[in-house]
Amino acid sequence: MATEAISVQHLSKLYATRDGGVAALERISFSIEEGAFVAVVGPSGCGKSTLLKILAGLLAPSGGSASLRGTAIQGPRRDIGVVFQAPVLFPWRTVLDNVLLPIDVQGQGRDRFLPAAKDLLALVGLREFERRYPWELSGGMQQRVAITRALIHDPAMLLMDEPFGALDAMTREHMNLELQRIWMEKKKTIFFITHSIPEAVFLADRVLVMTPRPGRIVDDLATKLPRPRPLDVMTTPEFGAYTRHIRALFNVKGGLDA
Amino acid sequence: MRSTKNVVVSVLLFCASVGAWEGLVRLFEVPTFILPPPSQVALALWRGFSSGLYVQHLSHTLLETMLGFIAGSALGLILGTAVALSRPVEFFLYPYIVMFQSLPKVALAPLIVVWFGLGLTSKVINAALIAFFPLLVNTMVGLRSADEERVSLMRSLAASERQIFWMLRLPNSLPFVMAGLDVAMIFALIGAIVAEFVGAQKGLGMLIQSMNFNMDVSGQFSILLILSVVGLLLNRGVMMIRKRVLFWDPSEKERIDQERVSA
Repeated sequence: MATEAISVQHLSKLYATRDGGVAALERISFSIEEGAFVAVVGPSGCGKSTLLKILAGLLAPSGGSASLRGTAIQGPRRDIGVVFQAPVLFPWRTVLDNVLLPIDVQGQGRDRFLPAAKDLLALVGLREFERRYPWELSGGMQQRVAITRALIHDPAMLLMDEPFGALDAMTREHMNLELQRIWMEKKKTIFFITHSIPEAVFLADRVLVMTPRPGRIVDDLATKLPRPRPLDVMTTPEFGAYTRHIRALFNVKGGLDA
Repeated sequence: MRSTKNVVVSVLLFCASVGAWEGLVRLFEVPTFILPPPSQVALALWRGFSSGLYVQHLSHTLLETMLGFIAGSALGLILGTAVALSRPVEFFLYPYIVMFQSLPKVALAPLIVVWFGLGLTSKVINAALIAFFPLLVNTMVGLRSADEERVSLMRSLAASERQIFWMLRLPNSLPFVMAGLDVAMIFALIGAIVAEFVGAQKGLGMLIQSMNFNMDVSGQFSILLILSVVGLLLNRGVMMIRKRVLFWDPSEKERIDQERVSA
């Protein structure tokens, strides 16, 4: 059996507050196999961003354990790529230099990665923008640069924290198609956090449903829709059944507030 | 705003106000030692430059200003970085810095002239002292203002603190540092002139002082004119550097765009 990409056992995170503490995550357990596209969906404050920060090594858990590809997480590591909600580009770097940031940080030879950077930019349709600066790009284009940057050092997996949450609806649908295409081409594990139920069902093969206070996984749903999925898949009865099922979970548990 | 019509109107307004000044001074027979007419000021200006007197003093004041600016900015940059990066340095040094900051630094000029003499050194030190603070404060704030998300990104890449400083905090502080340089340039000129007032052998400040004793008001006006042009040019110089360094800064870009639109 292949090693699991992500394995989480009884993971808890408590945030200290004035009146004791609040459980952002309470004894969460799941595992994700290599190459899977998994989405976590839940309302704001359900702890999904906390979960991602722990997996990215940016936050230490209060209890339980988490490991990536068989080794326990002990801080940031170089075999993952992270995409945040905002593109977080450096305005003084060109598109190409932004993409190469992880290479600069890791002290690897830029020259060796230049062809890869150009190929990746071509993959996301930004080949002719490599000499531009971030402020010359639209929001969707900036986020594509961020995704390219997360892929440049060829990480085994991508952690994405509501990467399209700040985009308008049309751009967002387009980005969903792009991401599906990238995933089908690159075959990397993707751990994708969102608060949009349709986005989660459209993108992932498996949807983890989280509810807040305390943050828990209440369902683990496999979505069996053929790939590549066109946007029209959203109008099929199967798609509707999945989204209805997830929405019902939130209605029982106190609704979506985002 | 900069249409041909507006330029014409602006030139006409300038001529009208200078003309009115000239006319009113002549009409009411205001004595020259109270308010000289523009023609007298122009004459003083021409005389000063043609005799080589102004050039000699102007170059001396410029030298003091530039040396003071460079020394003060360098010191402000270094100390600002130290305070921003090190908690102990901040803890032990910052209270004194704040105390010193709230002091009107021109009041130190007499002391500095006593300590460092009537020559170049005291002027440079006074200019540097005044130019130092805007750089110190802006460097400090700039280095600390790095966006949390960008810091998170760098951390997620397993970047070291040193890398976060060189790749993120330092470039991120540049808009602040450039704004500090902008102010420091003018402050250095003020510092040099004030120290010359107190005691000097050369320089435009000293010249104003001696003209004042001789009731040469036209001469003083002509030097004020020179000083305002010098201040403007120094400021423009810093702004040009700033535009080159901060080509990526959105606020800078807006300004460039606005200028483009108006040009």
